Amino acid sequence: MGEKTDVWQGTLALMILKTLETLGPLHGYGIARRIEQTSGNLLSLNYGTLYPALLKLEQEGAIRSEWGMSENNRRAKFYQLTRAGRKQIARETRDWQQATAILARFLAPSGENA
Amino acid sequence: MKHLRAWTMRLAGLFTSSRREREMNAEFDAHLAMQIADNRRAGMSQEEAMREALLKLGGLEPAKELYRYQGTAPWIEHALRDWLFGLRQLRKNPGFAFTAIAMLALGIAASISISAFVDAALIKPLPYRKPDRLLGVFESIPDFREASTLSYLDYLDWKRLNTVFSSLEAYEGARFMLQTREGAQTARGARVSAGFFRTLGVAPILGRDFQPGEDLPGAGHTIMLSYPAWQRRYGGNRDVLGKKIIERGEPKVIVGVLPRDFHFAPVGAAEFWSTLQASGSCESSRSCHDLYGIGRLKEGVSIKDALANVKAIARQLEKQYPGSNRDQGANVMPLSEYIVGSIRPVLLVLLTGAGLLLAIAGVNIASLLLVRSESRKREMAVRNALGAGRLRLISQFAAEGFTVVLFGGVLGLVVAYGAIQLLTKLISADWLAHMPFFQNLGLNPRVLGLAAVISVLALILFTAAPAIRLTPEIQGGLAEGARGSAGNVWRRVGSRLVVFELAIATVLLVGAGLLGKSMYHLLQVDPGLQPDHLLTLELGAPAKRYAKDAQILALERELLERVKALPGVKSAAVSSDLPLEGWGDTTWFRILGRPWHGEHNDTPERDVSAGYFRTLGATLVRGRYFEEDEDISKPRVAIVNEALAKHYFPQEDPIGKQISGLSTPPVPVEIVGIVKDIKEGPLDTENRPVLYFPFNQNLSPYFNLVVRTSPAEHSLLPDLLAAIREQDPNIATTGQISMADKISASESVSLRRSSAWLVGGFAALALVLAIVGLYGVVAYSVNRRTREIGIRMALGAERGTVYGLILREAGWLAAFGLAAGLFCSIGAAGLLRSMLFRVRAWDGMTLAAVAFVLGAAAILASFFPARRAASVDPVEALRTE
Repeated sequence: MGEKTDVWQGTLALMILKTLETLGPLHGYGIARRIEQTSGNLLSLNYGTLYPALLKLEQEGAIRSEWGMSENNRRAKFYQLTRAGRKQIARETRDWQQATAILARFLAPSGENA
Repeated sequence: MKHLRAWTMRLAGLFTSSRREREMNAEFDAHLAMQIADNRRAGMSQEEAMREALLKLGGLEPAKELYRYQGTAPWIEHALRDWLFGLRQLRKNPGFAFTAIAMLALGIAASISISAFVDAALIKPLPYRKPDRLLGVFESIPDFREASTLSYLDYLDWKRLNTVFSSLEAYEGARFMLQTREGAQTARGARVSAGFFRTLGVAPILGRDFQPGEDLPGAGHTIMLSYPAWQRRYGGNRDVLGKKIIERGEPKVIVGVLPRDFHFAPVGAAEFWSTLQASGSCESSRSCHDLYGIGRLKEGVSIKDALANVKAIARQLEKQYPGSNRDQGANVMPLSEYIVGSIRPVLLVLLTGAGLLLAIAGVNIASLLLVRSESRKREMAVRNALGAGRLRLISQFAAEGFTVVLFGGVLGLVVAYGAIQLLTKLISADWLAHMPFFQNLGLNPRVLGLAAVISVLALILFTAAPAIRLTPEIQGGLAEGARGSAGNVWRRVGSRLVVFELAIATVLLVGAGLLGKSMYHLLQVDPGLQPDHLLTLELGAPAKRYAKDAQILALERELLERVKALPGVKSAAVSSDLPLEGWGDTTWFRILGRPWHGEHNDTPERDVSAGYFRTLGATLVRGRYFEEDEDISKPRVAIVNEALAKHYFPQEDPIGKQISGLSTPPVPVEIVGIVKDIKEGPLDTENRPVLYFPFNQNLSPYFNLVVRTSPAEHSLLPDLLAAIREQDPNIATTGQISMADKISASESVSLRRSSAWLVGGFAALALVLAIVGLYGVVAYSVNRRTREIGIRMALGAERGTVYGLILREAGWLAAFGLAAGLFCSIGAAGLLRSMLFRVRAWDGMTLAAVAFVLGAAAILASFFPARRAASVDPVEALRTE
């Protein structure tokens, strides 16, 4: 394995929400694995930070949780999006796209517009 | 929005921690099991799989700790834990906890209960619309009263001519003589002009207000009831409207009921309000003054403008009617000033006293906390070494301070509530009637707000006091036997605090001393009569039945015979006015045989029966008293008091001289006697010239009865009332009070007495607190200096020297405190000036007595520590250190 990047501040929540949007209800371990996979194993995720993040999202009303059975018949807590969560995805996606677009202009080769 | 939700959830999380803990454990278990299973599938050994899973989680315990942190509001938990810890600390030290809480409760109780009175009188606006635009409007007489009454005709002119008031109305307090099924009754009432309530901005809660013109002669007689009268006399029934009362033989119809919170202090607790109906003989004479005015200022008009305007009108009337209006000036003052002006200095003095007591209590607790923090230096150093930051330690002080403030505050409020009720009960009912704003006092939001502010300030003080000891050297506290400069710091700060406390105690003691001495002087005032075993009573005979002078004369003679025949009655007499009631009810006179230029010589007039002076126990200076048969058929006579004799007849003997009223032609009245000054007005006023005429030559159906008794005054009252009823059941009686009670309940005496007692109480408590503070500093100092004293004694110092050492230290503190306090007293005495009576603000006796008391207490407080210092065993002292 090569150099891995830490999860940027403030992005974990969006990653969790997006994962739940794609895959539907999922337990914490599954979310963690999915985030790593989606990043092409380039992200180093401390699983210990995932659970407080989930708890925070739940307190904010973006997701809700209930106990259910995992694929190999294990009792696990499953998280799923709420309506507020979906709205939050839309909003934060827009913000991020805007932020990356702005940053992209700075990073673009200079002189072209001169 | 979502943050609010999140915080609510986290706060709720404070109470669901055990369930959350269980769920968290289950979730982490599931997580680990799933990852271990995955790792096994990837070919790891069981042990390796578990290690890798925990590693990924960043360790199980740290992960759980993060989770818990997010689950609730951590600093609230910390604060809660600190507070519980603080509670435990206080419980471990009940002496400290009890002292601190009690002192704070005392300070808060004193200041809050006094504030409730201050709020009611000086802050809460009067229950009228825009009360700050209302003025009391008066006539004024040179060197007499600045708030004197208007005559009805003057009032009408003022009302018509003024350009500054949107409305000007008149009122007077009146005694209502009711004929009820139970017989004749008197009740407090008032007569007002028709627009009186509209000017105040008060509307009836039931029925209607007086209509314009309803105050003119010939209009129907109408009555408005006060709320209490409606409740008490009519059970609060709504069908009271249209009911009639019979007053002075006239039926009067109830048309309205006034609001519950309405009061108008100048007429006391008036139950019945009627219109002026200016039909009496007084109202038709410009020289008969019986009305007070209230005016509402027009927009944009200042009090100064109003005063100039009414003065100009008064001057104009003086020119127009030189006979009646000579020297009749004008005066206005804010209505609130007229109502609360006399109580304001008293309240401010009491508030200052209570505030000083609170300050002393706060300082005392702060220095206790300071001492405590000193002795807990090691504990703090250990906690600091174990990772508690400065902020964390301060928050612990705050938590302990909070406990003291919480208990002290709540206890203080409870005591304050009780004190308010007790104080209102101590105020005499008569006095309370004239200060209706003191009724139904309680802890209102403003007062509670003040309590909250005091609590927050106390909390800051109690946190800051021990926290200033948290210097960077706390780490040094761990070093064995570390003493450093810490002890000296406390001694310095503590000493200053004690000087401050002693100074405050001195100020309060001086104040109490001055007030006490004033009180003593006031009670030494010679009222010119013998107040014990003297009963007084006001009577009102129905004017219709006693319309002729002969009828009144017969009534007076028969009634006095009847009363004198009662067992236990030594003598009895009647008079138009009673002593100590005021210098009002004046008449105008001139001295015959001297040039007269129309001056009024406004002088109180009293119409008294022959036995009056003997019954009062007055002293005849020269001449004679009135004779029983001196009635209208005999030559007119008068008795003057010494003040009149001195003022008008400085070089001559007034006896035999003739005076007269201002009528033309003059009716000569011969002066036949001089009586020693009787205090007709309040005890604290100077004597004025007074004229006494025979009641039998100036008859009125309303008079007072004075009875000299041999048994206790009140035991005679039932017989007396029965005798009056026997004479005529239609005679109304009221105001039965013994002269001694009358003096003691009078405003000038009772205001001074209650303030002297309260300030005295504050001063005593302040003295105790300051002396306890002094003791604390000296005792602590002895503790710190045990080793030094041991060395001194080992080197040969005598015990006497050691005594001297400690007493000198205490002596300096006491001297500084006393000096600072005496200096501040000069300033404080200015506040007291209006309440002092025949005492200078800078009274040497009082100051010396205070210095003595404080000095003696200081010596006592330092004696015990000094004795302990002197009994130090040098060997022990040197060994232990």
